[in-house]
Amino acid sequence: MTVEKTALPNPGLTSMTVREALRDGMAEEMRRDSTVFLMGEEVAEYNGAYKVSQGLLDEFGSKRIVDTPITEHGFAGLGVGAAFGGLRPIVEFMTFNFSMQAIDQIINSAAKTLYMSGGQMGCPIVFRGPNGAASRVGAQHSHCYASWYAHCPGLKVVSPYSAGDAKALLKAAIRDPNPVIFLENELLYGHTFDDVSQDPDYVLPIGQALIRRPGKDVTITAFSIMVGKALEAAEALAELGIDAEVIDLRSIRPLDTETIVRSVMKTNRLVSVEESWPFAGIGSEIAALMMEHAFDYLDAPVFRVTGADVPMPYAANLEHLALPQVADIIEAAKAVCYKS
Amino acid sequence: MLLIRRFEERAAQLYGMGLIAGFCHLYIGQEAVVVGIQSILQPQDTIITAYRDHGHMLAAGMDPKGVMAELTGRSGGYSKGKGGSMHMFSREKNFFGGHGIVGAQVPIGTGLAFAHKYKADKGVSITSMGDGAANQGQVYESYNMASLWKLPVVFIVENNHYGMGTSQERSSAGPNYYGRGQGWNIPGEKVDGMVYTAVKEAAARAVDHARAGKGPYILEMDTYRYRGHSMSDPAKYRSKEEVETVKVDRDPIDHFRIYMTKTLKISEDKIKKIEDDIKVVVLEAVEFSKTSPEPDPSELYTDILNEGNAVT
Repeated sequence: MTVEKTALPNPGLTSMTVREALRDGMAEEMRRDSTVFLMGEEVAEYNGAYKVSQGLLDEFGSKRIVDTPITEHGFAGLGVGAAFGGLRPIVEFMTFNFSMQAIDQIINSAAKTLYMSGGQMGCPIVFRGPNGAASRVGAQHSHCYASWYAHCPGLKVVSPYSAGDAKALLKAAIRDPNPVIFLENELLYGHTFDDVSQDPDYVLPIGQALIRRPGKDVTITAFSIMVGKALEAAEALAELGIDAEVIDLRSIRPLDTETIVRSVMKTNRLVSVEESWPFAGIGSEIAALMMEHAFDYLDAPVFRVTGADVPMPYAANLEHLALPQVADIIEAAKAVCYKS
Repeated sequence: MLLIRRFEERAAQLYGMGLIAGFCHLYIGQEAVVVGIQSILQPQDTIITAYRDHGHMLAAGMDPKGVMAELTGRSGGYSKGKGGSMHMFSREKNFFGGHGIVGAQVPIGTGLAFAHKYKADKGVSITSMGDGAANQGQVYESYNMASLWKLPVVFIVENNHYGMGTSQERSSAGPNYYGRGQGWNIPGEKVDGMVYTAVKEAAARAVDHARAGKGPYILEMDTYRYRGHSMSDPAKYRSKEEVETVKVDRDPIDHFRIYMTKTLKISEDKIKKIEDDIKVVVLEAVEFSKTSPEPDPSELYTDILNEGNAVT
């Protein structure tokens, strides 16, 4: 198994998979706070559809690791009520595609009630699970929801790449007094990273991007699995004489606009990468923000690398075409550097 | 009950004057339901309902001034004027809203029951819905989980026989909402929701059942709303005679007045005094709702997110 080296090696950090890091993050928070519990389909006796909750039932018992019926709308709403009632639920969606069943409870009940109640009714809840495309699972199981949830005031939306970030940001999400959408990626679950803190008090603040690779010629923003593709592209670009800076957004809402703007002021070029559809996507938002905050620094139009504007096809060749590939990012970077 | 009725009559007036806007769903006719249930609750019990919620709030002991000022969109309202008729809450009174999406309060109320059981605080969640909401899928998802996990929740179906303009007969296959928990082994009963004592006795049975750890219970309250669905509804889908018959034969307040004089032996003077007191309370609420200032413009961007980590 390859271990992905991340920025700034630290002797206090250890290597583990994203899957293990998420499990450890939840376990640490459950030891720390007795009101934290996990509910979802297959989270307990099956140890998680993707084994993210491996071992948690054994440690915490069925009161706190709760297998639910396959009724996302109902158990998401139940989680919201439990949060209003003083608990801190972690609601797992087997995939975020199924959160469509529950989106009314997430937005109308979890996100808006603090405002509608004049500040009385906080809803500390985490909705988490794999998001976006996995591999050959077709149109209804491959959807990235980052821009859907990021649209809504009252929510925070987090989408980590590395194991260390996954753990530290999930812990932050669980401690956060607001509803947090925590978008994981199935293909990353088995990836091992060397950046995981084992300090149970270590959390990352939500809302800070990370420059994973400094560079001076072009800024590439990405989140979740696309960070890996952006880093690969950056290595290839270096051989072509283009020094790319790769920003891992980590948090979609709030978005660390300042870090992106500062980078663009240096590189004067921006490529945004996301696997979801182009229309009203995260890249569209970043492009608009750059017009507002860095217009005079742009030497080329912002370039959006996105998934194709189609429902995800099943056929291997078509799926490959529908998702952003390293070559697409390289071509985009070359284009904004006028080197294509 | 009389407080709720007088309050709602005034709310209708203020709506007509343009002081209340948007949606405003009056509870007139259904008063015995909330008052009967409230009479047997304990302080740790929680209450949640949909958008026809003014009566629930007043029954829960929330201040009529704060409720009326929310209706007029003023800073003295329970949600600082940011919620409106359908979105009011009181942590102090354990009233959890006030929800505008038909049926969405049912899983949330089930979640409040989950929290009662988790914390072992002996509380019961009173989760109300109308006959319209009772056809929502999430209600049955909630029945399933509530029964599966033996959650302390009493589901109240306030059957006023019309989901907006659609009668029960035109919307619901099968007339018995109280029997819809059978598949999940949830006991249910139908109650004359126009009779305070009937509501109180049934609520006591249901709440005792839930509090004892035996799981959920369904009470179908046979009731009636005198006004339209909301203030903009002239209610042409039913006859005047139908409404008048209920008002004359089954009015919950008339019924309770007879109960007070005949059974409780309360004197007419005492009743008159109660009526006068209520008049004053409602007038004060109206006055407060007119004089409380509108929310400061700076409130537009507050209460969107809680700051900090509220972990103790």
